[in-house]
Amino acid sequence: MSEIVIEAKGLTKRYGRVRAVESLDLTVRAGEVFGLLGPNGAGKTTTILMLLGLTEPTAGSVTVLGHDPLREPLQVKRLVGYLPDAVGFYDQLTARENLAYMARLAGIGRSERGERINRALTFVRLDGAADRAVKGFSRGMRQRLGIADLLVKNCRIAILDEPTSGLDPQSTQELLEMIGSLSREGMTILLSSHLLSLVQSTCHRVALFSAGRVGLTGTVAEVAAKVLGGSFRLEVEAQGVDLSTILSGLPALVRIEQQPNGTARVDATHDLRAEVAQRVVAGGGRLLRLEQGRLSLDEVYRRYFEQVDHAKAA
Amino acid sequence: MQRQREGSPWTGLSAVAWKEAADHISSVRLLILLVLVLLTAFGSVYAAIGQIKETIGEDPFLFLRLLTTARDPLPSFVSFLSFLLPLIGIALAFDSINGEYSRRTMSRILSQPIYRDALLFGKFLGSMLVLALVLLTLWLLTTGLGILTLGLPPSGAEILRGLGFLVASLAYGGVWVAIALLFSTLFRAPATSALAALSLWLLFAVFWPMVTPFVAGLVAPVDPLNPVTLISQVEAQQALARLSPNTLFGETAAALLHPQTRSLGLVFLYQLQGAVRGAPLPLGQSFILIWPQLSGLIAAMVILFTGSYVSFQRQEVRA
Repeated sequence: MSEIVIEAKGLTKRYGRVRAVESLDLTVRAGEVFGLLGPNGAGKTTTILMLLGLTEPTAGSVTVLGHDPLREPLQVKRLVGYLPDAVGFYDQLTARENLAYMARLAGIGRSERGERINRALTFVRLDGAADRAVKGFSRGMRQRLGIADLLVKNCRIAILDEPTSGLDPQSTQELLEMIGSLSREGMTILLSSHLLSLVQSTCHRVALFSAGRVGLTGTVAEVAAKVLGGSFRLEVEAQGVDLSTILSGLPALVRIEQQPNGTARVDATHDLRAEVAQRVVAGGGRLLRLEQGRLSLDEVYRRYFEQVDHAKAA
Repeated sequence: MQRQREGSPWTGLSAVAWKEAADHISSVRLLILLVLVLLTAFGSVYAAIGQIKETIGEDPFLFLRLLTTARDPLPSFVSFLSFLLPLIGIALAFDSINGEYSRRTMSRILSQPIYRDALLFGKFLGSMLVLALVLLTLWLLTTGLGILTLGLPPSGAEILRGLGFLVASLAYGGVWVAIALLFSTLFRAPATSALAALSLWLLFAVFWPMVTPFVAGLVAPVDPLNPVTLISQVEAQQALARLSPNTLFGETAAALLHPQTRSLGLVFLYQLQGAVRGAPLPLGQSFILIWPQLSGLIAAMVILFTGSYVSFQRQEVRA
């Protein structure tokens, strides 16, 4: 296992009586892409701000690369880059000037600055617009400029808050690819999002947030297995039989869900294709389609929060 | 628990200050105000020159007269400055902190390895730099205009008094920069902070002189049988008036630019015994005279800045 770069223990933040984050434990390892997932207002941004030392936790401790963000804020901020939700720039300055200002604040020497900025702008494919005022930049370009900011800083950990929000599908894809290549270059990335299916392909591990707590942590498959109870999904289309009666009694079966288009989703703990086919035929039905479906994170998410809500209502 | 911060609070200070100054200099906002100030300065100095040529030919402080002589309908350069400097100060700082929030750049700046101290003080310093530049330009322009039209160079004492006036104007403008900075940390919307600062400006420029005699009358009523109460009322009025930075600046300007000024408060006849009327004070004496006013202005600036510092340090940064 690689080194632990971010560790939060019992992190709590209260605003008066409102609990934004409640005893949160989190470990992020070097080189990971870690996703904080959850609906708006679940405490993702508050957690990020506490990790950066921009907000003081009510209780609990944070260690980032061996430093305490409250005691040694400058050390932490030197090593960690932050791309806030809906990032803003100085509109009247050009892309290059914006990066140069941040680089000066980050204490990067004049000789190194220019070269790093050029490299970063090329990486995010903004070299053509480098000397244009940011005023005219699209949302996608701004977000890419934000990534360039992290590159100029050459940080070891990048924290991205909702990096894809408000982007069209193509820009989202581009941005996720960039994040992927940053990760391959060895940067540890922590990103928050409510768009799960997009993050699914990018994140190594995810933490599901709900109402200030981390519900589940693990790889997408692990989390899916925990929430859905099964990691196998079959899509079955059959005529002349009622799937729920003929399949009942199979020990591996978790759930059958009838879809409006006539197919049924069958979740199970292991591969049930042979059993399903056999029972449909034995029951005198016509098996039209039987294929292995993909578990999407969106569904995990929806299901998970349904469960949480039910638990609360009960 | 001991919370010693590591690193210097000045890291990044110069980067912030220079960037702010550069932003201000290229901003349309400042350009408009500069044009306004330059026009009024030219107008008032030009009018003063006409007046001086007609009336006072043998004044030893001609150059100072340039700044203080008014000719109907134009007020003097100094009164223009006392009216317009607050406006420049407000324009320079009213959105310095809340503007970063509304541009959503605040959290990105504060995620750089600098303390909040550097950001706030850097912004103040940047504004003061621009203010100093504006004042210096104005002073040089008026002096140049004076040399051209009057045909003689300013004396050493005049230059020193002019420089003293420059410092006092900077402190006066600085008070207004600090007021605007405080409002920009207290209010989240730049429009609110601008409006609040402008209301304060109107209060001190227009209403304060009307309100002080009234309040002084309430605080220290005059007893017709006791002449001492008359003095105490005047003193109360003066004390109230001096709460306004405009009054402090006005008194400073009067003492520095009218070398004949012997006192900024009440003077009794017996105190004038043996004095040569109309004789100018030496430079040092004039400076001693304005010392309380000048330190009052600087103290106000420091207190206001501290206020914004405290409020900014406690702020939750979420944008």
